[in-house]
Amino acid sequence: MNSLIMSGVLVVLTQAPAVALGQTAEERGLAIAVEADRRDRGFADSTAELRMILRSRGGDERSRELRSRALERPDQGDRSLVVFDSPPDVRGTALLTYANRVGDDDQWLYLPALKRVRRIAASNRSGPFMGSEFSYEDLASQVVEQFTYRWLREEACPGEAFDSLTCFVIERRPIEARSGYSRQVVWIDQEEYRTVKIDYYDRREAALKTLSLSQYEQYAGRFWRAGDMLMSNHQTGQSTRLVWSEYEFGVGLRESDFTPQALTRVR
Amino acid sequence: MTIGSPRLHHAFRVASASLVFLASSVATSAQDAPEWSGRLSVEVRGFLVAPDESGQPRMLVSPWLQPEYYRAWRTQSLLVVPFVRFDPSDPERTHGDIRELLWRMVHDTWELRAGIGKMFWGVTESQHLVDIINQTDVVENGDGEDKLGQPMVSVSLIRRWGHLDLFVLPGFRERTFPGEKGRLRFPLRVARELTQYTSSAGTVHVDGAVRWSHVLGGWDLGLSHFRGTGREPQLLFGTTNEGESVLIPRYVVINQTALDVQTTTGGWLWKLELISRGGQGDRFAGGKRFNALTGGFEYTFANVRGSGRDVGVLAEYLFDDRGRLATTPFEDDMFVGARLELNDVQTTRLLAGAIVDRRTGATFVSLESGRRLGNRWTMNLETRLFLGLQGDDYLFGFRNDDYAQLELSWFF
Repeated sequence: MNSLIMSGVLVVLTQAPAVALGQTAEERGLAIAVEADRRDRGFADSTAELRMILRSRGGDERSRELRSRALERPDQGDRSLVVFDSPPDVRGTALLTYANRVGDDDQWLYLPALKRVRRIAASNRSGPFMGSEFSYEDLASQVVEQFTYRWLREEACPGEAFDSLTCFVIERRPIEARSGYSRQVVWIDQEEYRTVKIDYYDRREAALKTLSLSQYEQYAGRFWRAGDMLMSNHQTGQSTRLVWSEYEFGVGLRESDFTPQALTRVR
Repeated sequence: MTIGSPRLHHAFRVASASLVFLASSVATSAQDAPEWSGRLSVEVRGFLVAPDESGQPRMLVSPWLQPEYYRAWRTQSLLVVPFVRFDPSDPERTHGDIRELLWRMVHDTWELRAGIGKMFWGVTESQHLVDIINQTDVVENGDGEDKLGQPMVSVSLIRRWGHLDLFVLPGFRERTFPGEKGRLRFPLRVARELTQYTSSAGTVHVDGAVRWSHVLGGWDLGLSHFRGTGREPQLLFGTTNEGESVLIPRYVVINQTALDVQTTTGGWLWKLELISRGGQGDRFAGGKRFNALTGGFEYTFANVRGSGRDVGVLAEYLFDDRGRLATTPFEDDMFVGARLELNDVQTTRLLAGAIVDRRTGATFVSLESGRRLGNRWTMNLETRLFLGLQGDDYLFGFRNDDYAQLELSWFF
């Protein structure tokens, strides 16, 4: 019993937000990631609507409308569902993801014209989502264990929305070999542990994309969600903006809402 | 099938009965606005070889329309999907159908559906052995992917151990076949007016089905049983009163038990469908219980060299232990295929495949590709080739019907 209590104390110590002196850069980086994750725990479930605006290098814009639902499963891996409302030819198409803490995610795609649920091969994490600059791994729920971390520095947060705040700047490297990235540099504000900006580097260490997050709002008195996410691809000149709205938390979603069979009635 | 047929009237009766029930049960619920949408398409099909018989087309322009009405209330919804196609060369292909007219009620642990519905079971790509609820609308497309609406009352139980779906299927839908002036048909006309049933109840035989399905880790499992009029007719040689040699469809009451399994590791997707079907003391092929399977894999090279493109390679084996007596062309065949998805803004994709008969070498080739144009239009290209068919092949009548087709669709 004593040892259980002791190990509990140890866990609390290593996860403490305070970045104590004497920690290595790796420990400081991990502690920041763990604290950001801890602050987002307990959302239970959420729904939201989003508009995805794809912008070509020449400035042409195409817009897609989607709905998203998420279910938190502490220590088991979250489940999420994305349903397309437009363009009209893919209306009702739905993507179901089981984010597994260990190993590949499970994914199914529902094609309403055929009433068919197709399982997707688990290895596709780095490919683009619906022709956008976001890959599947960018949109998947971020699991602390999927990266190694390193603290880089502290500096004023980038972007006007955070101009009076100081940010942690940490580097994280994906453990998963199938990730499309060698590393990511993440700016997290020190006040609320919100992600402000992420620089993505490709497998050849070249700057690939930058994600800028803004229009943060707090929901249910706790959870911060960005209303605007802009992903710019430096290599192609294309960008994708996600505009989020109608966020709701604790709406009472169940595991049975996140099964392949349930995809046939998501419309 | 023409719009005025008695079978469709039967379907309408089942559907309207459920509508009355619906109207009385939702009168007081919270309501969302009704939604109208749909698709209008035109197909331009060119056959590579001149027809065998005069009157059959070399070139074909055929439009089709499928509007959709949807309305949701708190726990209930109604979906109505009529369909109509015009084919200037073939009155049998000019047809209408109620694809769906389905009322649905959803709760935590169960779901109830009534009306005309569509249900897909199965995992493989080259053929769909396990899929049995809906009749195939053969005149639409020879690939068997298009289905006729099926009258049904169905309940799903949602439990920790999986989903259990129970179906009562009142009213049988006959398979459609191209008419004399149509192409992609058997050498003899299928005389639907002489259709035979082994059950004295004929088209009003009430069929039943049950299916258990579950996700277990990386595995998708489905186990099902169907009892009722088989969807796949035997085609018997016969003669009409006028002395015309024809094929007479004969529908047998069957018992079919089926398993479908799918699993994934890394880029691999493994798929298997197995059926065991018994007829009722019938002296033809259906008389003896037989087994058939489709099994294989799909391997995906995701995001090839960082291009964002996915390339998939597919292979499946198709087997039917009736051998040459099988009522499908695929008794000992290999399917190989490739899938390309560009993952671009237009969702450009290509699927190429060939099914090769291991005994005769006869090969069916299919190429399908498509992309979105702007926001409301899509363009699809389809090519089908029938190569090396021998005189005794099930598809022999198709040997000169290779075609290429362009389809333009507008979504509203």
